[in-house]
Amino acid sequence: MGNKYRYIGKPMPRRDAEEIVTGAVQYLDDLKFQNLLHGKVLRSPYAHALIKKIDKSKAEVLPGVKAVLTWEDIPDWRGGTPRKVPVLDKKVRYVGDAVALVAATTEEIAEEALDLIEVDYKVLPAALDMDSALKPGAPLVYDEFPGNIIPGGTIVFGPNCLKGVVRGDVDKGFAEADVIAEGAFGYENIPNALPPESVGAVALWEEPNKVTVWSTSQAPYMDKITLFHVFNRQVEVRSIGNHVGGSFGTKIMCWQVQAYAVLLSRATGRPVKCMFTKEEHMAAFTLRVGSRIHARVGMKKDGTLTAIQGTWYVDTGYYSFTTQAQVAVGSGELMIMAQCPNWDLKNLVVATNRNASGSTRGFGGQELKCSFIPLLCLAMGKAGLDPFEVLKKNFVKPGGGYFWRDGNWYQYRGIDYSRAMDKGAEQFGWKEKWKGWLTPTSVNGAKRTGIGVGVHGNADVGEDAAEAYVQLDYNGTATIFLCAAEHGTGQKSNYAKMVAEVLQIPPDRISMTPADSLVTPFEFGPVGSRGTYAIGSAVINAAEDAKRKLFEFAAPKLDADLQDLETADGVVFVKGHPEKSLKWRALGNDRTILGFGRFEPDFTLCNCMMSFVEVEVDTETGKVTLLRVVLATDVGQIIDPQGLEGQLNGCIGSAGIDSAIFEETIINPSSGHILNANLIDYKWRTFAELPAMEHVVLETPIPTHRFHAVGVGEVATSPGPSAVLMAVSNAVGSWLHEYPVTPQRVLKALGKMGNAATGGTR
Amino acid sequence: MAASKEDRIAREAAELRRVGFTVNGQYHRFNVGGEAGEISPTHTLSHTLRETLGLTGTKVSCDQGACGCCAVIMDGKAVLSCKVLTIECDGKTITTIEGLRDPKTGALDPLQQSFIDHTAFQCGFCTPGMIVTARAFLNETPHPSEEEVKEALSGNFCRCISHYQVIKAVMSVVEKGHEHGQ
Ligand code: FES
Ligand code: FES
Repeated sequence: MGNKYRYIGKPMPRRDAEEIVTGAVQYLDDLKFQNLLHGKVLRSPYAHALIKKIDKSKAEVLPGVKAVLTWEDIPDWRGGTPRKVPVLDKKVRYVGDAVALVAATTEEIAEEALDLIEVDYKVLPAALDMDSALKPGAPLVYDEFPGNIIPGGTIVFGPNCLKGVVRGDVDKGFAEADVIAEGAFGYENIPNALPPESVGAVALWEEPNKVTVWSTSQAPYMDKITLFHVFNRQVEVRSIGNHVGGSFGTKIMCWQVQAYAVLLSRATGRPVKCMFTKEEHMAAFTLRVGSRIHARVGMKKDGTLTAIQGTWYVDTGYYSFTTQAQVAVGSGELMIMAQCPNWDLKNLVVATNRNASGSTRGFGGQELKCSFIPLLCLAMGKAGLDPFEVLKKNFVKPGGGYFWRDGNWYQYRGIDYSRAMDKGAEQFGWKEKWKGWLTPTSVNGAKRTGIGVGVHGNADVGEDAAEAYVQLDYNGTATIFLCAAEHGTGQKSNYAKMVAEVLQIPPDRISMTPADSLVTPFEFGPVGSRGTYAIGSAVINAAEDAKRKLFEFAAPKLDADLQDLETADGVVFVKGHPEKSLKWRALGNDRTILGFGRFEPDFTLCNCMMSFVEVEVDTETGKVTLLRVVLATDVGQIIDPQGLEGQLNGCIGSAGIDSAIFEETIINPSSGHILNANLIDYKWRTFAELPAMEHVVLETPIPTHRFHAVGVGEVATSPGPSAVLMAVSNAVGSWLHEYPVTPQRVLKALGKMGNAATGGTR
Repeated sequence: MAASKEDRIAREAAELRRVGFTVNGQYHRFNVGGEAGEISPTHTLSHTLRETLGLTGTKVSCDQGACGCCAVIMDGKAVLSCKVLTIECDGKTITTIEGLRDPKTGALDPLQQSFIDHTAFQCGFCTPGMIVTARAFLNETPHPSEEEVKEALSGNFCRCISHYQVIKAVMSVVEKGHEHGQ
């Protein structure tokens, strides 16, 4: 794969590799603070209740307790979108909602104090799912949101934030259709992305109104901005990022735990650490949004889509923070995947009395598509079409377009992904294995195999601004100033690689500042696969700027024009005349050069991921086994082969493919308690059951990136669940439309079980 | 009356009780009790390692014996340190991730090096538990099959799905060990 680069695309150990394998890496919980107090949260046992009275006197006098806070003791700080969610309130809205906060000298004492707080509740009727929340006269989660409908749109995406897709003429589209499919389809499974490190924060308040926050956040600079607004724009926030023990999109939602730590530090004058236990992480932190569509789709015999019409219902739980953003992005992602001239797809964000939903790898698009593709399957089934061909045909091509999150129309100027899809199908053996709808690929006694395919792409690769500095030093080294927390993708090593390539110095001569909002410029955070394209471009621009300044310094000394200069290994020289050179050392030890780089959002590009899966269904037990996964994509240019491989393998974890097989959060439908909020009862995949995993990665240069690369980390999970549903339906010979495909559901589809409870989250 | 006397004796005995064990070649001795610097009878080994001895390489995720993040080697076997009380460790020999390097040369354990060579981690939070579990297993079973390695690691939760690279990393050590053995 003739690579002209010195570092880009070459395997290289991660910069933090030795620290990771020796246990030296410090995650939040590993940091040491002098005089540290421990914070704990008293949580509601009811899904919906008014707090009539709280008696905290016994807790306050327990030796070691330094503060006990309830809604009566705190400023009116609020978060959420819109900003209506109090940090502590006199009303609780889900099982696990915060009632009081305690800070004490040890965790044990803080926990003991929680038991001593006496709360008098008036229990209210609860709306535990979308159906009950939308009924006329349903209990209101917030008085501010009549009908439990949360206003759409988010100011972050501008005044025209995408709230649905309306375009063309759906009546005309349906009239042109050869087949029409209709119904209600959901991806209402709400698994936890479940990074091993729970969420937490340490805060240190300084009088009168300054606070420093260390946290598990994957986007430290954004915390400063989010908290600034939560704290009524009156508190100066400095946020510091650490190594993050996994995120999968969830750890941009740390504002509540951060606010708890801040309030307790403000009350005690000491640093306070609040770390969620795993149970809290699973039962009181955000989950994937619940998604259901009631829709119709029209299609021609050749697979051309003619119309899409319907409503997308989104269960956000007891509040929304990123849900409107997910709805905007998800709608755009559906357009990328389903190029269709006529649309009328509205959406409704619904509040219910359960955990909040929020940002999770797949960010709206995974949820919407896992609901939409089963509907599309019905249409394809009616028309007798091969789903691979239809998905390939309808994915955006150069010259195609879509609305994106800001409500603007973007004309796609990236590459054609059909080639990657074809290669994937070939490697998978799609043509040989595809036997038609609801037809198994093979039958062997009680075991049947089936195949499925899904596709996903997003234009988030170029979302949001990023900024970085690169500083050059006389000793031939460089420093990157960037507010990035390493959360597993190895991106920090990749930025060093990119700068190394621009400056032509070895990556080990490049260091990086910690993520600290006081030191580094703005950076939105590694989300939506934007790390490579958006953040990478900012870092590259900063390196280019520094190089330009270096040349400005060297040009008069070498008596050369700027454009004739080049640098490598800490030496500036005239192209073609290496003897005319100047070491960076000539800067002198009283001077550094600082380059600034900025990336402006660009929604004209998208990435693409196609997943092919093969499953085996045991028709006696109903067990579904994932046999094989083939992911097909084109990344433009590989930056780091091993990191890429890791990100792609992640498709079965982080609430991805396995949310179609066994992963689910099970809620007691009458009380709202989560029944499997621990790692024993929550089902996860072990080493003993790994499917065969293959990646088909093409490299067709993306025109607009300095190194022609585009990120694909986020989208690896997204096409998988619907592909599994398709595969299982084909294997058993009847449609399955609910996630996950538990043995019960499979046996029911096979007609081997009556109408017994189906489990799941309803 | 008798009961309260018994209680008192038990309490006094507990107060006098000490617990001593070796961690990464160093012997530590603690009094058991409720004062600062003492080991509480409720403390887990993971808590003592991390909070008292400052060995934060051992990670705690579930704190419930389900994820393997907190694994350490005790008398040759991988154990879940969140499921072991510190007072149960009297006389034991413990190795944590920090203790896997050669204490004299500082050289990494071959498994650690192989994890680096195969980038057998993403966020790295599960990695100390993975390496420690694999080390204890290979010490007992130097020539396992890939299936046996998978079985040995099946109690280790990794959400990033570094599994594939972990298997390669472990098997590459197995293969090298095999060559040496021959
Ligand atoms: S932390 Fe000990 S097994 Fe999970
Ligand atoms: S590397 Fe992140 S959990 Fe295993």
